[in-house]
Amino acid sequence: MVSKDSGYKEQFHTADWALHVWAASLPALFVAAARGMNNLSGAQTAQSPLVSRRFSAEAADNESLLVLFLSELVFVAEQEHLIFNKFNLKIQDSKLNVLMTGAPILSISKYIKAVTYHNLKIQKTETGFQVDIVFDV
Amino acid sequence: MIRIQDLTKITDYEWEIPQTFRHDMRVPVRIFATRTLLEHIASDKSLEQAVNAATLPGLVGSIVVMPDMHQGYGFPIGGVAATEFPSGVVSPGGIGYDINCGVRLLASSLQAEASAPFMNTLATLLNQYCPSGVGKEGVVNLNLPELERLMREGSRWAFKNGYATESDLARTEEGGCVEGANPAKVSDRAKTRGRTQIGSLGAGNHFIEVDWVEAVLDQDTASIFGLREGCLVVQIHCGSRGLGHQVCTDYVQDFQAAVHRYGIDLPDRELVCAPMDSPEGQAYLGAMRAAANFAFANRQLLAHSARRAFEETFSAKLKGWQLVQVYDICHNIGKIETHLVDGTRIKVCVHRKGATRAFGPGSPDLPPEYRQTGQPVLVPGSMGTASWVLAGTEMSMQNSWGSSCHGAGRMMSRSQAKHEIHGEDLRRTLEKQGIQVRAGSLTGLAEEAPSAYKDVDAVVETVVAAGIARKVARLRPLAVVKG
Repeated sequence: MVSKDSGYKEQFHTADWALHVWAASLPALFVAAARGMNNLSGAQTAQSPLVSRRFSAEAADNESLLVLFLSELVFVAEQEHLIFNKFNLKIQDSKLNVLMTGAPILSISKYIKAVTYHNLKIQKTETGFQVDIVFDV
Repeated sequence: MIRIQDLTKITDYEWEIPQTFRHDMRVPVRIFATRTLLEHIASDKSLEQAVNAATLPGLVGSIVVMPDMHQGYGFPIGGVAATEFPSGVVSPGGIGYDINCGVRLLASSLQAEASAPFMNTLATLLNQYCPSGVGKEGVVNLNLPELERLMREGSRWAFKNGYATESDLARTEEGGCVEGANPAKVSDRAKTRGRTQIGSLGAGNHFIEVDWVEAVLDQDTASIFGLREGCLVVQIHCGSRGLGHQVCTDYVQDFQAAVHRYGIDLPDRELVCAPMDSPEGQAYLGAMRAAANFAFANRQLLAHSARRAFEETFSAKLKGWQLVQVYDICHNIGKIETHLVDGTRIKVCVHRKGATRAFGPGSPDLPPEYRQTGQPVLVPGSMGTASWVLAGTEMSMQNSWGSSCHGAGRMMSRSQAKHEIHGEDLRRTLEKQGIQVRAGSLTGLAEEAPSAYKDVDAVVETVVAAGIARKVARLRPLAVVKG
């Protein structure tokens, strides 16, 4: 889902994949990043059964929280063949709490293997937040 | 953006970014490339990444980059960096996520011409016995104690379990087992990802390829390597699967705090590092070596599966189908090696990220039969193009930390390749060239199209002209299995 307020766009990268992500708030930025990553992988999910999962993390900064969050989604996709695309996400005092809902993978073009810290910096903009993320594929 | 004008030309094949180029560089960057290849290199951010890598504490000599260099994350792909042991740093990002990604070459004495009627069957069996695709399960499912044994023993585990010969072990870098592996420093999550993936190929640019020896350029060396003109060989390109990726993910995360503890200031968070003699550095080295051993065992099991496919295809029909290992090399790894620096032999941690060890003649680390020739250096091409077998030289020991190139090197992004190349068209084109293709995904095949890569022949000509490797044989593909 891409709108003026929140979205993602693929960036040039010679060997791997990169996304530019933007949103009006920090939680929305995390959600847009997750959806962008799902979109890059070309995942199609089943209508049911819906699966809900809680994930919590604590880190020194928001960039680390973002890597931890996306890495969790990478792990679950690879090991449990689940894609999460609905998120109730809170970030407070460098802590992330998210309730995510998803479904089993029906088909996928390419799994993401890892989320990198390469030049990772969440920036405040006039309209919210933005970040560029590079994924290992 | 770094421009070619910012570089100092040393020879037609060597360039330098001097240490004075940026205030935080601790050593210069030495680039092996022709002017044409340099123009490709300068079109993405790889030179900037090499300059960033030159800021790591404890570096000695120069950062060296190969002509197949391209943009990575943190380090450029094709980069080699040496840090003084044990006080210098080790950087997980300087080794990469796919720890001990590498190439294995097996050779037969079966003439390609005679094998042609059976190539379709062989490609199908290779595809069947060598599972491919991310997350794809391998040929054995290990319990935790057995996985930990495998991480300590590498290819020796495969030998004990009937998947390897003694000759396979002798002809594998480090004998297929890096000492100092510590599975206790590998996270449960990494073990979970690896437990079911041993003996699988994975996805991305990983492949199994059947080639024929199109040309022998050095008959004596080719004979010692077991390569015969016109005969079939097999290349296996893969690494440590999800286990290695998780080890790197975990330690890049952990080292975010370590750099603050050790007062290390870096231009890119992917370059995080820790002194090798610190608890953090020791933990990573133990985990990285465990992942490296996992990769050795993984390629060994894939070699076993390839042998099974050859036997089933050819045993009742033709002679000379048995596959003998030429060599197995790592191109993403950190190794403690002794090198000559300013006239003194010192121990360093050589980070190779997309670069192949290329030890020259006389190295005690080579099997006895290769001590006169230098190490086999395996340079895979890009499906439709040639691959090369080179040999390491004295010059590589002096000028490139005993390293050479690792492939053709990407020049087109994956998304551009997907937009410009249709997977089914590519498959048909390759099949018209006589190459059997088995691909898990047609879009994945398109991403790996030959036109997405540099000219492997130009890359090889550069390292040969620079003296850091010499030509032994050229291979041409007949069948490709990709994840």
